[in-house]
Amino acid sequence: MPGSAATGSASPIVATLKESAVAALVAAVLAVPLLGLQTVQEPGGLTLHTRWTWVGIAVGAVFLGRLLLNVAIAAISQRRAARQQRSATSLGQAVNRYAVSLTAAALLFAVALPFLPFTDRYVLDVSILVLTYIMLGWGLNIVVGLAGLLDLGYVAFYAVGAYSYALFAQNFDLGFWACLPLAGMLAAMFGLLLGFPVLRLRGDYLAIVTLGFGEMIRIILINWQSLTNGSNGITGIPRPTFFGLPFAASAPADTTTFHQFFDISFSPLQRIIFLYYVILVLALITNAFTLRIRRLPVGRAWEALREDETACRSLGINPTNTKLTAFSIGAMFAGFAGSFFATRQGFISPESFVFLESAIILAIVVLGGLGSQIGVVIAAIVLIGGPEIVRQLEEFRMLAFGGLMVLIMIWRPRGLLSYREPTIRLRPRDRRAAVASDAATKALP
Amino acid sequence: MGWRGGGGACGGGPAGGGMRLRRVGSRNKRVDQRNLEYFLQQLINGLTLGGIYGLIAIGYTMVYGIIGMINFAHGEIYMIGAFIALIAFLVLGLVGVTWVPLALLIVLVVAMVLTAFYGWVLERVAYRPLRGAPRLSALISAIGMSIFLQNYVQLAQGARVKPLAPVIPGGFSLLEVDGFIVQLSYLQVIIIVLTTALMAGFSLIINRTSLGRAQRACAQDMKMASLIGIDVDRTISTTFVIGAALAAVAGMMVTLYYGVIDFYIGFLAGIKAFTAAVLGGIGSLPGAMLGGVLIGLIEVFWSAYFTIEYKDVAAFSILVLVLIFRPTGLLGRPEVEKV
Repeated sequence: MPGSAATGSASPIVATLKESAVAALVAAVLAVPLLGLQTVQEPGGLTLHTRWTWVGIAVGAVFLGRLLLNVAIAAISQRRAARQQRSATSLGQAVNRYAVSLTAAALLFAVALPFLPFTDRYVLDVSILVLTYIMLGWGLNIVVGLAGLLDLGYVAFYAVGAYSYALFAQNFDLGFWACLPLAGMLAAMFGLLLGFPVLRLRGDYLAIVTLGFGEMIRIILINWQSLTNGSNGITGIPRPTFFGLPFAASAPADTTTFHQFFDISFSPLQRIIFLYYVILVLALITNAFTLRIRRLPVGRAWEALREDETACRSLGINPTNTKLTAFSIGAMFAGFAGSFFATRQGFISPESFVFLESAIILAIVVLGGLGSQIGVVIAAIVLIGGPEIVRQLEEFRMLAFGGLMVLIMIWRPRGLLSYREPTIRLRPRDRRAAVASDAATKALP
Repeated sequence: MGWRGGGGACGGGPAGGGMRLRRVGSRNKRVDQRNLEYFLQQLINGLTLGGIYGLIAIGYTMVYGIIGMINFAHGEIYMIGAFIALIAFLVLGLVGVTWVPLALLIVLVVAMVLTAFYGWVLERVAYRPLRGAPRLSALISAIGMSIFLQNYVQLAQGARVKPLAPVIPGGFSLLEVDGFIVQLSYLQVIIIVLTTALMAGFSLIINRTSLGRAQRACAQDMKMASLIGIDVDRTISTTFVIGAALAAVAGMMVTLYYGVIDFYIGFLAGIKAFTAAVLGGIGSLPGAMLGGVLIGLIEVFWSAYFTIEYKDVAAFSILVLVLIFRPTGLLGRPEVEKV
């Protein structure tokens, strides 16, 4: 933090200690009323309990944290005062340079994961969760990263996808694979419908309106009892089948199950592995789509629009239509992910589609570095996988999650991988570099 | 993921907006809804709620006006204000201060000071390092801080709803027709008077003092303001402190008015207050007050005459309509497009 610059020449140790003490004092003042005095409901009404040990722990933690931070900053600034400015960019560049090999390795790992020795049910479940968020992040990246539209209600389209699969499957007896495109189309149509009136707005107005729409969809899902069963949610959503072969221990009459068809013994893990590959393929499709469409005129228009809307307008690009395509294509991928979510869970309720989900997906996109596809992967692993590791600290998990978001942003305000290769060069200075970067972008999954 | 922790029930959210709006005069809900008395009662309730929203909205609009950022954690600051007020009440009860006006004054001051301190630290820790960074980064930092504060309070105070016995009971009966009494409770009087006084005082600060001039200068052009000797960092800090103090007043009044709070109230109140700020024209102070009152009225009248379930939908729909037909809000100035 910048305040540590005051750590002057005279006696840095004393100054550091003093600063930490001030931080601890501030923490104490903040913590005494809220943390030290707990309101507890008892038969006679609310009473206060004191918890001074918690205050002590919090103050101590702040003191130590501040001290360590100061020491770390001093050490770093002594060694590379000059380089520090560029570190975020250089990391991005480094990743970019080795993009081909990195992506290949990551892909290989992802494909092989279900058969690695340490992989069990839990690892697979977390991986599926992370992959779902990666797919959502890539989908939102089209809207936020490429087109520069701040969407705080992305979860609404996720909900539309999930509910449309659940309702189609229950009411019309359609299978997962038939519903998947339907769900995507419905979500895209919702995107069009919602986007049409609001995409004339700029920046933060758009943000608040999309947030409002996200909440509205959730409220409608809660209150439209007859269709959505309200806050109780929809249960018994059919599981996906492997080209018509269900994953079950014993098949109903006239059908063969997956393990019977391939003549292997039944294991509940088969379905999980299948789900894992489904979401992997869906996510990779999202990524491939994004990478290809960036090279189409519409993709170029998105990025141009992000950079300068007025210039775009003067060049004859229709901003509303261009934004609308980005909005609805992003929504479509959320719809796909939503219907995958529904089939994986077998149960959905409005509780799964709260604003926090939108915030998490947006955080993944921004933390990864806007527009960076690999950044989304890394951010999703850090944000979704990270808290899973400390699952035992259940109650502190979300606290850590919020703190992590703030810390990463302060540490790297432009995201983990902030370097962005120019989409198009008029005259490549170095032919070899141009070919390399071209290959790199193409080779991304 | 359990942002709501274990406590939040599904449905319209616990004690978010006007769930308990009609505490006053609610016994007479069954009376014919189209008469004037019912309308008057709802008008009083709506103005009260609107005043509270307006106070929170000022914090949003000021911060947005100066640094162009949605301070997402502002709703949590309001929630913290409510909790500090609740705790202060309980402490005063233990100490033995029972004379209500004195207790109210002490609680008001304590809540404002401590919450303002929270606001100051929030800016210092989460936003100041990001000055000059892309605006989205600051937004993510704010959302992270919001999640952090919410879970902090949940851990510190528990997830359960906190009830507080009414401190100021009673009120005036304005008129009585066929058994339906239009009531204006003392608390509502206090809320409306205090809100009006604070808003007036606040307008004075912005329009007449050197601090207000510095704030307006920063809002217009931060770089230029610093060139002519305005301490921009300090002005921004002061803005956060004032916004937090006003939010604390709103939090205290909600504690008194509804009698229940929990760690989740900040979210819904926050987005509604932001809606109010946008509705009135973000960056405009009279706009924030007007927007707050409008959102309060819309919400109360919608719940009174239509369905309570969709009251939040109503508020947002109005917002969308306003933004479509008047994208700068009601009192906002049109943004000049610069090439």
